[in-house]
Amino acid sequence: MFLRLLYESFRRQKRPKLLAGIAIALGVGVATAMIAVATDVGDKINRELRSYGANLIVTPQEDTLDVEIGGVNLKPPSDGAYLNEADLPKIKGLFWRNNILGFAPMLPVNVNLGGDAAPFTLLGTYFAKPISYGKETFITGVRAAHPWWRVEGEWPADHSTDILLGKDLAMKLGRQVGDQIELAGQQHRVVGILSTGGAEDKQIVAPLGLAQQIVGRPGAVRRIYVSALTKPEDALARRDPKSLSPAMYDRWYCSPYPQSIAYQLQEAIPHSHAEEIRQVAQNEGTVLARITGLLLLVTLAALLASALAVSAAMATTIVERRGEVGLMKALGAGNFAISALFFAEASLLALLGGAAGFTGGALLADKIGRSIFGSQIIIQPVLFPVILGIAVMVTFAGSAAAIRRAVKFDPVYALRGEA
Amino acid sequence: MSSDSAKSVASRRASRAHSSMFLRMLWRAAVLRRGRAASALLAMVVAAAAATAMLNLYVDVQAKLRQEFRKYGANVVVVAKDGQVLPGEALQAIDSTLAGRGLAVPFAYVVARTADGRSVVVSGTDLEKVRKLDNWWSVTDWPSASQQALLGVRAAAAVLPQGKTFDLGFQGRTIHLTAAGTLRTGADEDSRIYLSLGDFEAWTGIQPSTIEIVVSGSREEVDAVIRKLAQALPGAEVQPVRQIVEGEARVLGKTQATLLAAAVLIILTAALCVLATLVGWVFDRRRDFAIMKALGASQGLISGFFAAEAAALGLAGALIGYVVGVGMAAWIGWANFHATVLPRFSVLPPVVIGSVAVALIAAVIPISLLRRVQPAMILRGE
Repeated sequence: MFLRLLYESFRRQKRPKLLAGIAIALGVGVATAMIAVATDVGDKINRELRSYGANLIVTPQEDTLDVEIGGVNLKPPSDGAYLNEADLPKIKGLFWRNNILGFAPMLPVNVNLGGDAAPFTLLGTYFAKPISYGKETFITGVRAAHPWWRVEGEWPADHSTDILLGKDLAMKLGRQVGDQIELAGQQHRVVGILSTGGAEDKQIVAPLGLAQQIVGRPGAVRRIYVSALTKPEDALARRDPKSLSPAMYDRWYCSPYPQSIAYQLQEAIPHSHAEEIRQVAQNEGTVLARITGLLLLVTLAALLASALAVSAAMATTIVERRGEVGLMKALGAGNFAISALFFAEASLLALLGGAAGFTGGALLADKIGRSIFGSQIIIQPVLFPVILGIAVMVTFAGSAAAIRRAVKFDPVYALRGEA
Repeated sequence: MSSDSAKSVASRRASRAHSSMFLRMLWRAAVLRRGRAASALLAMVVAAAAATAMLNLYVDVQAKLRQEFRKYGANVVVVAKDGQVLPGEALQAIDSTLAGRGLAVPFAYVVARTADGRSVVVSGTDLEKVRKLDNWWSVTDWPSASQQALLGVRAAAAVLPQGKTFDLGFQGRTIHLTAAGTLRTGADEDSRIYLSLGDFEAWTGIQPSTIEIVVSGSREEVDAVIRKLAQALPGAEVQPVRQIVEGEARVLGKTQATLLAAAVLIILTAALCVLATLVGWVFDRRRDFAIMKALGASQGLISGFFAAEAAALGLAGALIGYVVGVGMAAWIGWANFHATVLPRFSVLPPVVIGSVAVALIAAVIPISLLRRVQPAMILRGE
């Protein structure tokens, strides 16, 4: 009898049931989309923050001081220590290798452009070089690590001897794309004009191999810029790893703090010193915290709004049915039986609407992820039962007051239509 | 003549009765069905509050986030053209162009020699301002007196084997310095030694060649400042720091877009739910509608009545919702940015217009559905 009542109620009152179901589906859909976006937006914004460039730098341990003003390297070329290019693929062997989005080795050398002009700095680096570690191949270089670099013309190939001219230098020398320049007795083709808004505008940028050849040190690298996804630092991150207990040390080592990734880089590359670039690393923590915090609060507001909306819709459908309640009561139904019927209806609506809303919300989140960040937003399957649970709870809460009022109402008045 | 005036009095009285009856019906409808009217109003308030809060945040958050991005340091750099120094009044010119909307810090550089003949880059700057500009600098102790220096960690290791004092030579002139503290940034600064500009100029006689500026405001405002600076300083190159400017534009753009998507979703849901609630409310009152019609009210009057009721509800809901929404936005601003989000009055008209429009649509749908139905059928309860 109970099931029949339930079935008939859905069959005969299609319009109000559909309206309530749509309200629930809408609320759940928005809640799902917002929760999915809010949980994933931290990672997405973190990736966007990588457009500020590398946040870690690796230098030789026994390095002498850099003597560089305004992009002009004044350090004697024989001076200082080098890292070994052959060690670079080890960066992709770190514990946090998937957090390393890119790295770029740098080797500044001084070159004379003939005549008695002061020497210029030629910066050797990777542009987009495939690196193999184990079975994986990974393409890295300045195009990934320094995304604000712009080239007019083409990027040189990493195995070529083509070069880029900084835009200020190009203007000073009066050279254009396609010209030849003689460096250390060899002709090199200028394939592009580089604009960075930094010191490189006054330099020549070339494939790493060319710089090594000029300085006569095959395999030498002066420093490595590493762009890594990190976690904003907290009190633990700032502790000295040597002072930590073994359990704390493991936690520190296995968290993607800038400090612990720097520590692992130092372990991976012999005779190196790795450090966070504080301008980038320190600030991205605060910016990330602000943005994720903001979206979390907005999500909370969205949840609240959709909960209220669902409650209002439920209350409306129940108040409409006072006559029915009166009839049931007049026929001898107890308060419990009537409440049970309404609650069963509400939970059925919540489950159906919730499932539809979850699917819609997941699609919506994916759409938002693709159109704004150009990447997928993955919805954890764990979210499904949680969302359904919340939907049932909110629907119950919205119905409870209305059901109580409907049950308390005198059937005589209800049947006379004096609601 | 007398019949004319009598007629006009009668018509005036009739119209007054008419309008007072109309208002009374509106009022009694709200009072007698308090529960339903309150729940419809609540839905309206929630929707208007959500819309206000989201619009307010959307407008204000950009300014708040830009403030956070300013912590990345200088976004504009003024550099003297090749090998020259900037004119002495350059800093004043920049400060007057900025007019308090930014901070300009001069830097002068030389390569000096340590006592054992090694080269090191020494920079003279306004240390007070640097502290504000580059707050990511991790400094043990800032210099507080003259002849004190701030040493980058790598420079410190090279020039300060022990003790706290050292000598630097530049073109035959020697300066005797005390180390105040060390500086760690992970970048070029680690290999440098920083002095106050006064000490530096007295020692080397060299003027600043670089001025780093942090300009607040939107991208367009920053570009405008760059143009003005380039005009004011023809002998210098004024350039945006692309790394900072582009990174900011990108992150800010994505955040704004996400927030906009959230705002659209929330407002749309709230509006649809208000629509559903109000449609239910008006539909519920088909008996009132039938009685009015049975008593001879015209279709126009009835539509007007329900529309006026809906508009009043929309207006009241929008106004209360605006206040609640401003409070919500302020709370979010306080909790997240530790700064208040100021109420934007520009948000009020769209919220009011939107609310009233939604309420009117909600009234029109059931009325047009009921129009064709005979009042007798409704009154019989069919």
